[in-house]
Amino acid sequence: MKNDNVKLRICFDKHGKIRFTSHRDVARIWERTLRRASLPVAYSEGFSPRPKLSFGLALSTGHESDAEYLDIELDPDRTDLAMDLESLATELSGHLPVGMHVTDMAFVDRRTPSLQETVTSCIWQIDVVDVDADTVARAVARALAAEDLVVTRERKGKQVTDDLRPLVLSLDVIGPIEADDAGSVAGVRLLAELGTQPRAVRVAELLAALDPPLTERRVVRLHQWITNDDTAERSDPLSAAVSPAPAGAM
Amino acid sequence: MNSLWPQLEPLLPHVQKPARYIGCEDGMQTPTHGPGIVSWLLTYPDTYEIGLPNQGLQILYEIINERPDGAAERSYAPWTDMEAVIRRERIPLFSVDTHRAGGDFDIIAFNLSAELTYTNLVNCIDLAGVPIHSARRADSDPLIGVGGHCTYNPEPIADFVDFVVLGDGEEAVGDITELVREWKVAGKNSGTREGLLRELSKLPGVYVPSMYEVEYDGAFLAGVTPRYSDVPATIEKRTVADLGEWPYPKNQLVPMTEVVHDRLSVEVFRGCTRGCRFCQAGMITRPVRERPAEQVSRMISEGLQRTGYDEVALTSLSTADFSGIESVVKNAVSDKGTDQISVALPSLRVDAFTVGIAAEIQRARRTGLTFAPEAGSWRMRQVINKLIREEDLYGAVESAFSQGWRRMKLYFLTGLPTETDEDTLGIAELARNCVKLGKTHKSSASVTVSVGGFVPKPFTPFQWFGQNTESELQRKIGLLRDDTRRSKGVQLKWHDPKATLAEGITSRGDRRLGPVIEYVWRHGGTFQEWSEHFSYELWLEAMAANDCDVDWYVYRHRTEDEVLPWDHLSAGLHKDFLWQDWRDALDELGLEDCRWTPCYDCGACTGYGIEHRVASATPPAGGSQGTGVDLSSGGSVPVVLQPRPKIDAGAVGS
Repeated sequence: MKNDNVKLRICFDKHGKIRFTSHRDVARIWERTLRRASLPVAYSEGFSPRPKLSFGLALSTGHESDAEYLDIELDPDRTDLAMDLESLATELSGHLPVGMHVTDMAFVDRRTPSLQETVTSCIWQIDVVDVDADTVARAVARALAAEDLVVTRERKGKQVTDDLRPLVLSLDVIGPIEADDAGSVAGVRLLAELGTQPRAVRVAELLAALDPPLTERRVVRLHQWITNDDTAERSDPLSAAVSPAPAGAM
Repeated sequence: MNSLWPQLEPLLPHVQKPARYIGCEDGMQTPTHGPGIVSWLLTYPDTYEIGLPNQGLQILYEIINERPDGAAERSYAPWTDMEAVIRRERIPLFSVDTHRAGGDFDIIAFNLSAELTYTNLVNCIDLAGVPIHSARRADSDPLIGVGGHCTYNPEPIADFVDFVVLGDGEEAVGDITELVREWKVAGKNSGTREGLLRELSKLPGVYVPSMYEVEYDGAFLAGVTPRYSDVPATIEKRTVADLGEWPYPKNQLVPMTEVVHDRLSVEVFRGCTRGCRFCQAGMITRPVRERPAEQVSRMISEGLQRTGYDEVALTSLSTADFSGIESVVKNAVSDKGTDQISVALPSLRVDAFTVGIAAEIQRARRTGLTFAPEAGSWRMRQVINKLIREEDLYGAVESAFSQGWRRMKLYFLTGLPTETDEDTLGIAELARNCVKLGKTHKSSASVTVSVGGFVPKPFTPFQWFGQNTESELQRKIGLLRDDTRRSKGVQLKWHDPKATLAEGITSRGDRRLGPVIEYVWRHGGTFQEWSEHFSYELWLEAMAANDCDVDWYVYRHRTEDEVLPWDHLSAGLHKDFLWQDWRDALDELGLEDCRWTPCYDCGACTGYGIEHRVASATPPAGGSQGTGVDLSSGGSVPVVLQPRPKIDAGAVGS
């Protein structure tokens, strides 16, 4: 079947109370938001047509983010490629719940591979609590010095072991933090870059794999990166994919 | 200010589905509280997923918040894991809007739609830090109010509540707010609560159980009488005469997490005069009051645009009877200029016309169709006055299968008055015949038969009927199971007869059941609506421990002269009408829909000086469910005609 849908890639954030919604909840929030903005979203064929949206890596329920991505397919016949994306971003943000905003968007080539396939790492800001800075520093040093960080998890009813160590691209102790109005509590802040291929390491499993295991409090995804294998250059999913075709879009 | 959010936030990562405690819905309000403002905590005593869509609470939420002297927030029963966490941390029941403590509200008002939520009602009162017994409450404690269909017999929960609202709440909440405001402004002084309750008891539709004395004559009730001469002897329900004046909810709440009925709802009418004798809703909500069709269409288009939903449910007790159905459906489907909007009719009438409408509106996503013949034989359906002939059902089913549906769900009741095994087995026979019809169109055609045990309800002609025993219901379900075992394409589902018994205990009980409910609650029996939490043994134990006899409360037939626990309340229906209807039932005599036939003087219209408010004096196409009623007499009945919008006659169905 011919598919000449237009693809729009959106970057949005998620903070505050709304962070307790699940990945599925966010998908439904977006479906309603797009209908409210009357965007000409393309639908799947068949018995139960669904809007063609595809989300990037799932964000755990309870985690915040500055860098969530979403690809939307639009009906080319009803899409004005010259539309003002800044005002569309403002409109969409107005329809999104408190705590979610569109931070950037662009038309991308419709052949752009999916976010799931191409994102190679995420940067996480992780606040851990009930622990002092020295203990955290030692746990981090041990993990970085280790040859492997083996975790066991259940997958389709079977026990699977994985080594997380190659996917811990960086792990730094930023230092102690004080409680503030923005939702932080006293604790220790870490900054981690965790790989996502062949699978995304979850913050919770990293913390559980440390010695001693650490307890997360506030976790924010700060960036998602696509690293070019050949050049080792890092770019975000929007700038990596912006297509030259609908030029001047944003 | 006063928000419990900072305490709740660190706990939420440790509970299932934390999004049900955050509020954040589109349409949520964060009202100002203050000395001259009466604050209501509108609470649904079950989970957020079940309670959020409740239209009654949403309507009152808006109406109260529109008042300068009112503030309304919402709360739902925390799931068991959350309850354990907040009890451990000594956090009370809280609102989801501003996370304010339940005890900080002037009124905590519950919607009671199912008897098995009664233990959750008690639990929520306790979680709010309020004494569970009305008699133990201090002046400063919140008032505990209840409304909803269950409150037509509030006696089993009388010990726990301060006031009960009978009937439509739209106007009553305003009256209550005004009285409570005066009391609040005066300082809720010590010893004044009793006086307030007495004033509340004089409001139309408001019942204050503590203002009444209950007398018994042995096991039997002798009477429930006012303790003071200025307290009314009979409490009449409230009825909103014109739904068009109440276009609520205007801003239906859109939850951020999945709930049941996650779609726009527009109520198209209230009341029903089909006269199904088992149906409490149909009896207590009379007369029929339709919303003007243009208003319905406007609420649909504005609601869809505002919420972003792609589905709208047209709600009522029998939506195909809505006289504006054709124009509304036509507008809804064409309005958006897209075929991605689907319209749900939660209560379908059983006829081909209805299927025609369903086909029209479910173009986008065709899920399943549900019909409720309720009984398996024509004889039985005459007894219960669900006057669907077999040819009506087969016509509907044939029409549905021929238009592409492959699955159908049929709802039935068992344990009905005079039911024989032949009637019960008729259910299986009907289902098989439906599958046979379906197979001529699609080899994969299937029919799901859902069977529920009948629980007699107050203010119905069957209120005198002794409920089938738990073992009798088990036997009947066994019969059906054996009979359908080899019937390909028929899938049988049934409601647990043990839960049916527990509903029966509270459905027609009196005040002596208060300690039974308390016992079940004290022994951990919350969320009794949920099969994984329901405890049959606990209910039996609670009955025995409080000298309440299951046979007497549930299985016993009542006599005409017996004082019923709800005799001092009125849904407008004359008791002699109900008794006559009960005798007619036993004589297998059907009664036609009074919207289009002469009045039977049930009392609902005449008593309140209200009339059926419909848009057409002629019944909708498809007839009166195969009653063979001569429909030409329409104009002579007491109906108020609404101006009818012009519609394209050939648009839909027929």
